[in-house]
Formats: sequence, structure tokens, C-alpha cells
Amino acid sequence: MSDQNADDERVRDDGYDDLLDAIESGEGFYIECPEGHGSLPPRRVCPHCGATELEEVPLPESGEIETFTTVHVASPEFADDAPYVTAVADFGGVRLTGQVRGVEPEALEVGTEVTPDVGESETAGERVLILRAD
Amino acid sequence: MTGVRVAGVGLTHFGKHPERTGRDLFAEASNRAFADAGVDRDDVEQLNYGNFMGELSEHQGHQGPLMAEAAGLDAPATRYESACASSGVAVREAVKDVRNGEADVVLVGGAERMNNLGTAGTTEALAIAADDLYEVRAGMTFPGAYALMAKAYFDRYGGDKEDLAAIAVKNHDNALENEYAQFQRAISVEEALDAPMIADPLGLYDACPITDGASAAVLVSDEYAEENDLDAPVSITGTGQGGDKMALQDREYLARTPAAEDAAEEAYDDAGIGPQDVSVAEVHDCFTIAEVLALEALDFYAPGEGIGAAARGETTRDGDRPVNLSGGLKAKGHPVGATGTSQVVEMTRLLRGDHPNSDAVPGDVGVTHNAGGTVASTTVHVLEVEE
Repeated sequence: MSDQNADDERVRDDGYDDLLDAIESGEGFYIECPEGHGSLPPRRVCPHCGATELEEVPLPESGEIETFTTVHVASPEFADDAPYVTAVADFGGVRLTGQVRGVEPEALEVGTEVTPDVGESETAGERVLILRAD
Repeated sequence: MTGVRVAGVGLTHFGKHPERTGRDLFAEASNRAFADAGVDRDDVEQLNYGNFMGELSEHQGHQGPLMAEAAGLDAPATRYESACASSGVAVREAVKDVRNGEADVVLVGGAERMNNLGTAGTTEALAIAADDLYEVRAGMTFPGAYALMAKAYFDRYGGDKEDLAAIAVKNHDNALENEYAQFQRAISVEEALDAPMIADPLGLYDACPITDGASAAVLVSDEYAEENDLDAPVSITGTGQGGDKMALQDREYLARTPAAEDAAEEAYDDAGIGPQDVSVAEVHDCFTIAEVLALEALDFYAPGEGIGAAARGETTRDGDRPVNLSGGLKAKGHPVGATGTSQVVEMTRLLRGDHPNSDAVPGDVGVTHNAGGTVASTTVHVLEVEE
């Protein structure tokens, strides 16, 4: 609902939408500083150490679920999506928060391997970061 | 450096008041605070006011001057926003200004109108305290975020839903005699466990309610209190603030809250005390797991040890160190921008002896812990009786 122009189309958010495009085409990346700290775009400064010499490095093809929950009460933007599983997955240099798809919630465990993907929310048809477990 | 006294405190009823405006709520709370303080409004040199979501719930920005007007003040006013820690930050800035001589009398407080948005609208509004790009757009809600922390805590340290239910039961028990509380109603562990799920493992009774309400306190310098012969036995002797990465995924810990650890350490150092000196605490239990994380951040318990505190009876009203004798956010309610100051209000009354639960306070030193978002911002204050 934020960042809408007069034509009611969402204006792109540089960095964030670039990352989703990249993940969609199988070329996910994250930002790394000379100290090896990872972060997500847009970044001009490493949030962990203040370094300004940042580069894009490939996002590993898979990560591991670190924590997850089944959301039963959603915001209006996700009302028809509920119940859905939100998880934080560790990809080594960075963690990603996304909706888990491709697995029954009961079968999900800490440590389950997931791959990053981009999907659509049922309710609003907006792009959503997906953690695919199938 | 002068000390800072709490000259007077006031609250509105915390509850479902969807038709009451923020300005009306704050006017009521500040009226009570001035009546309690015996301080002339003309002596107030500034208003520090906390509010989180007024743009969304009331289409109202620039609330500082609006609230000064509502409180009948002719003084500069600033609104502080730090999500659910908004009026904790307002208190901290007021303490600093009184100490450094910028002001002798400051009105602090906060207000939030929420129920006019409904449950779905409130869920959406509260979510703006999270990272919009990387959390909200992925469907993360606030209960969802705390559920992720609870799950990470259970996975790392153990504990279960029954431990969390004991916290909800305790805080509901504490609110029974608190006339300002949203729920003056006891619940059982079974009721809590059987409640509908919001975000696994957190059910309805693990979550604070949606609350309309306001809080206010008149803070004065020691000199002002003495010159005006005020009866103000409680001082704010320590203040601390901590911060962390905005999004949960970017934090070093998912089951600890370093922002609160830092705030607590700073506040203890400032007051010249340690966690062992604290008799009673009001902590930010927006969800039951948040009380556990708060107890550990305040160093009452080592990481992983706080989960069973309520079930063991250590934080109940007859325990060694009662926590959330007001009922906490869980049962007293959580009008987001009012909460930080409301904790100072409750603690002042608990320590002064005029709170319905004052008889359960085992000493003279209290701590308040107010957290914003998933504890990306926190303030901690130490209050002491200094006759």
C-alpha cells in the first residue's frame, strides 16, 4: 500500500526489487563488505561495521530454516493467504524472511533446507519472497 | 546534576474506547497527573509526548502542539516516536533535560487510539514498526515476529506453551484490582492453552489486547520539588537506551534482546545499582515470550533461565521479585504510544504505596522496561523511593 504513484501502481524500490528480480531469474545476491559481513540491498554502508567498499556476491542456492511460525491472523494485505508459514532462513552471509511453500507445516523443522524464490500473494497479488521447501 | 522527581502521575482507563480521540485521552491523563502533582500548569517548560500510529489511526501528524493544547499548556512540545517504546523515549529525554538544567518541570506522557481501526487494521498499522521491504512484504505480522522469537527460544533453550500460559495467568491475576486495566478478569492455564492460535506457538492469551488509552507524569527537579514543598518521594535515578538492527533476520540473536541488555546495563550504572538490588519490575510483555526475554535482558536470569520464572512463582505477586504487578501489557492493555510512561506511572504508585498492589512490593527499587518493535529499540528506567 506504500509507494504508490497516481496510477496506483507500486513504484519500484531500487535494491529490494532488483534483488527480487535477481532471485526470480536464479541469480540471487547479497551485499558483502571487506570484513565479510552480509546485508541486503539497498546498502551504501555495511550495517555491521560501517565499511563503504561493498560488493554484490552470489546468494547460496539454498539455506536452512532457523525459525518459523504459522500465521493465522494476518494483515488485510494477506487476509486470504492465511494461514501461511513465515520463516527466517540462514543463507550463510545473510538471513532471509519469507513465506514457506512446498511443504506441509507439520513436516517443517528447524534445519529444513529451502531455496529462495519469488511468488505472489493471494490477497493483493503483490510479489512475495518465498522460501521453497520442495 | 539535579535529581529527577516524579511529582504526579495519571492514566485514563485502558480499554476499548474506539470513539475517544487521542487529544481527549491525553487531556484526561494529564488532568489526573496535574491533580496528583499539585504543580501549576504555568510552570511546565516542555511537553515530551509519545505516539506511534496517529497518522494511521487518526490521520493526525504534528501531535506535539495539539497535545500541549489539550493539556492546557503554553509550552513547546515534541512528539517522540519509537514504535511501542515511544513514551519510554519521551521519559528518557525529559530526565536528561531536567538533569542538565534545561527544564525544571516537564510533562511527559503518551496516547494511542487503536480500536477504531479494528483488528485487521491494527495488525496492519502495527506492522509498520517492522522493516517494510524485508519483513512486512513477506507477510510478517507482529505476533508472527514474536512467534519466530518464541520458536527460536524454545529451540535453543527449551520451554513450552505452558510456561508462557503461566505468565498470562500471573498478569491477569495482577490486574484484578487495577481499575485502569483492560481485563480485570482471572484466566486459567487451560483457557490460555485452549485459546485460538494467532501465530504458532502464540495464542490469543499470549498476546496483549488492542487498547485505547493515555498516560502522563509530571517530572520535576529536586530543587523545584523542595522549593514548592511537593510530596514526591519517588525519583527516576537511572535511565538507559539501547538499539539493534531493525529486522529480526539481521540480528545476531533471535532469542535474546541485546538492545534491552544495553539499556539495562546503562540504567543500572546510571543509578549505581545492579540487578540484584531491584525489588519489582514493570516489563514490556506485548507477548508472553517478551516478558521472558525482558527478565533475561534485565539480568534477573541468565539466557534460557527466565522461561519458568512465572510457573515457579518467582515473579508472581508473592514471589521474590514481582513482575508486572499492574497486569502488564497483557492484562492492563497496550495503547502503544502511552505504554512507556504508563509503566512509570504504575511503578511510581507501586513504590509510593497508593497502588492496589503496593502491598506486594518487597522493597524500594523498581525498574521499567519498554521495547519498540521486536526490541530494536528499548528504554529502561530505575525508580527509587527517596524520602
